[in-house]
This record gives sequence, C-alpha cells and structure tokens, in this order.
Amino acid sequence: MAKSWEEINARIASGDAVVLTAEEFGALAADEGVSAAAKRVDVVTTATFGPMCSSGVVLNFGHSDPPIRMTEITLNDVPASGGLAAVDTYLGVTEASTVRGIEYGGAHVIEDLLRGRAVRLKASGPGTDCYPRTEIDTWVTLDDLNQAYFFNPRNAYQNYAVAVNTTDRVLHTYLGTLLPRLGNATYCSAGALSPLLNDPTYRTIGIGSRIFVAGAPGYVAWEGTQHNPHTDRDAHGVPVRPAGTIAVIADLKQASPEYFSAATFTGYGVSSFVGIGVPIPVLDEEIAATLALTDADLTATIYDYGVQRRSRPSLGTVSYAELRSGCIEVEGKRVPTGPISSLPKARAIAAELKRWVAEAGFTLSAPAQLFPQVGSQTTKPLEIRTGEAI
Amino acid sequence: MARKRLDLTFPPRQSLKPVIYHLVKDYDLVPNILRAQIHPAQEGRMVLEVTGPKEAFQAGVAFLEEQGLTVSEAASDIVLDDERCVDCGLCTAVCKPDALTLDPDTQKLRFDKDKCVYCEACVIACPRRAISLTF
Ligand code: SF4
Ligand code: SF4
Repeated sequence: MAKSWEEINARIASGDAVVLTAEEFGALAADEGVSAAAKRVDVVTTATFGPMCSSGVVLNFGHSDPPIRMTEITLNDVPASGGLAAVDTYLGVTEASTVRGIEYGGAHVIEDLLRGRAVRLKASGPGTDCYPRTEIDTWVTLDDLNQAYFFNPRNAYQNYAVAVNTTDRVLHTYLGTLLPRLGNATYCSAGALSPLLNDPTYRTIGIGSRIFVAGAPGYVAWEGTQHNPHTDRDAHGVPVRPAGTIAVIADLKQASPEYFSAATFTGYGVSSFVGIGVPIPVLDEEIAATLALTDADLTATIYDYGVQRRSRPSLGTVSYAELRSGCIEVEGKRVPTGPISSLPKARAIAAELKRWVAEAGFTLSAPAQLFPQVGSQTTKPLEIRTGEAI
Repeated sequence: MARKRLDLTFPPRQSLKPVIYHLVKDYDLVPNILRAQIHPAQEGRMVLEVTGPKEAFQAGVAFLEEQGLTVSEAASDIVLDDERCVDCGLCTAVCKPDALTLDPDTQKLRFDKDKCVYCEACVIACPRRAISLTF
C-alpha cells in the first residue's frame, strides 16, 4: 500500500488529502487496525508546545543616516549580539534584561514584537569611515524591520526526562519547582502528539521538511544541537530518553503570539514556549505503526535532579498515560505529576496544521538530506582541560 | 455569615493557643490556620481564614487586638490571568491542596479557589507569571 510523497502532495493540492492529528490517528488505528488506518489516511499532524531555551531571532534593522556599525546592542535593555554585520543581530530568548533580570528577557522582547509593540533599540559602535555614527537610541516595531526570522538551534526534543528531587531542599530547575523528598515530578513532552516520537528514526523529518513554527510556515534547517539518535529505545524503536532534536527557521512576521510565549523559570532563567507542528506523510505501514502509538505505549525515564552532575541516576521509566493521570509511583512512593509542555496548545497546533494541509494546500517536502541516523555521531561531553594538556 | 482572611502579627512569646481557643469558644468563629511563622523569641505571623456571624467578627477582631496582636486583612485573592496562562500545568505540580488541577480530558487548568490556602507556591512557579496575589 506504499504511497509516495508525490501522490500525497497531489491529493493535498487538489484538496482531497485525508488528514488526522496523531491523537485521532491513534484512535482510528485502535478501532480499525493499523493497516486500514494507513490506507485511509494520507497525512498525520503532530505538535508540541513546550519551553525551548535554544531559540532566538535574526533581525536586520536597516541603516540610519549617518549609518552605524552596531557592536553593542540592547532591545528593551536586553543585550543582543553585536557580532554580525553592521545592522544585523541575533537575539536569544534566554538573554536577561540588564535592568529587570530574568523577569524580562529575549523571549519577552520577541513576544512584544509579535504583539505589535514598539521596542527600544539602543546601540553603540566604534565609528568608522563608512559607519561614522557611534550611538543610536530609537524605537522599532516588527513591521519596521527588514528581516526578522526565527533561527532556533534546538527545538522539539524527541522525548524528555521526568524530573524528581530526592534531596531535602526545594530545587528550582528548567523543569520547574521540584519539591523535596519526591514531593512532585515534572515532565515535558506532548507524548503521542510529539513530532519526533512519531517518526522515531527520522525517515520523514529531515533537513528541508516544511513545518509549523509558532504559527508561521517554516522549515527544518538542520539537525538540532545535541541531536543524539543513540539513546535507549523501546520495543517500537522509540527513544525512552531525550534523543533527536531539530533546528528550525521561520518568518517572525508571519508568527503569532498565540504560539510563542515568553517564560521565566524562578531561580533558573528566561525561556520561551515555542509551538512546533510537523506533518508526517503516511508512506507505509511501518510509519503508520509508530504514528498509531498512544500515551500508553510511550515511556519516559525518571531522573533525580537532586544530583547536580552531567549524568543523573535513573529511577526507572513510566508511560505518558501514567504521567497524565496526575500521579506516578517512584521508589514505592506516590508522587503527584505536573506537565510543562501544554497539551491544549499542542492539540490546537495539530488541529491548525491539519487545516493547513487539508484545506489550504500546505504540501509536504521530503527531506533534502536526512539527519544523522543511529550508528553515526554520538554527543560528546565537554572535558575541562588546561592549555598544557593540549 | 462572613468569611475573611486575617493576617496576624503577634509579639514574641505570645502564646497563641488560648487566643485561637477563645475565638472559637467565646465568639463563635471558626478559624482555619492557612500559614504560620512562629519563632518563640521573635515576632510571629499567622494567616487565618475565619468564618462566622458578621457581628461576632468585629468583636473577635477587637479581642485579638486587646491581646496585643496586630490584625489586618490578608491577601484577598489569588488571581489567575487566563490571557497569560498557556495551560502548561506547571503550577499544578506545586499546589499541594489541589486547588490547581488539570481537567482530565482537556488538560486545561482548573482553579478551585475554595481549596486554596494562599501559600503562593504557584505564584513563583508559573513561568508565565499568570498568577498573582492581590490585597
Ligand atoms: S496559593 Fe498555594 S494553594 Fe493556592 S493555588 Fe497557589 S499553590 Fe495552590
Ligand atoms: S503555571 Fe501558569 S501558565 Fe502554566 S498552567 Fe499554571 S497558571 Fe497557566
């Protein structure tokens, strides 16, 4: 029954494609079996909406008169990179305000731009023959900028840790507030809706895949940083720990504050919730089998964040269905759970992307190049060494 | 019937048990201790939720003041800003009394104010700063 990308795209173009969200596909496959579901459905939409620290925007301000080569730049007092060409910058979401600290950061600047608000741009430069101006203080809006696009080096982690804390003190982490003595557990994945859990071996998601980024049509630009296909996998071949990641690119001007939200994690720093949606073609029964997996089939590994080292000890695995129930068992103790990735938002994105594909002719693009697969590179740690040792 | 939250500050070495006892016995008020910080040698603080007849209320407060306590109305509300909330659910992981929970089907945030003990754990846990305490 194999279908080609071309056949599926032809059906999308003519408005005849059958599109379901990954949750709907899982329910259909449970009712009618994987092969019947695979025959009937052309595209399955997947989505996630969680905090993704490795995100940011490339901005071009245009030239003032006389022009300036900006080497020190702030937007609403949040520093942006001065290490690019004269009026280009990169603003990372985790950058904190020099005035308000982590309560306002790069992510908040981006959200303000998306909401149409003017942002104060202050910059200075050395003053050169071609760029004589040394200082500028002005206001810019998203409309004023020549280019504004997301370039997020690591989004949509394929699975993530379940965090607990066995110490006697409260921990403030990027996975939220962890209460002492196994007081709670937090987790961060859209589970059955999560893009890379639905394509565990990166068959359809690769460089050049057309995707949904914060409400804008965008692309997978590269493998994400720390992309690691080698983690432990379950019987379905799906990773049970953090594994693959994607780097994405998309026009900020077409994005929406509905699907991008600035965040502050107390005691940790600034981050942003980013909405990512990926349409997956139902090419054959093999991919249909992983698309059909539900929260009951997918598992995550529990880690003790009280151990402040690179490798934390694992305290076992749990299914996403158990995590969603609101309570899991860890070392014989009942522990209440809280998600961090918003399921209502992920559902809204999967539904929106379904409309794009089914009704608005959003065709899919096969990867121009595949990601590193199992058997290729491994993620290397950073060793601390001295100059003499080199 | 009235229900109010009172913020009590009391001098060092003030014994609180009889004070609470008299509120119940003599004034027909039902106090519920929401928070207490008591160090014998220092000034203490306690947040009480008190339910009872309106008249008894004033008399009860006057009694507390006679005992040397400073009484003020405590934080009147925990407010959830729906516009800012993204239903991430992180606050539910720190809300011990289950005032903040996720709907089992929609996984959207639900807030049952009656269960809230004003501990403020959610206020600092919410990454969207969508929950605030108003006075
Ligand atoms: S203040 Fe405390 S009890 Fe009230 S909603 Fe927040 S965490 Fe729950
Ligand atoms: S932590 Fe904040 S944003 Fe998340 S569900 Fe609670 S109130 Fe909403």
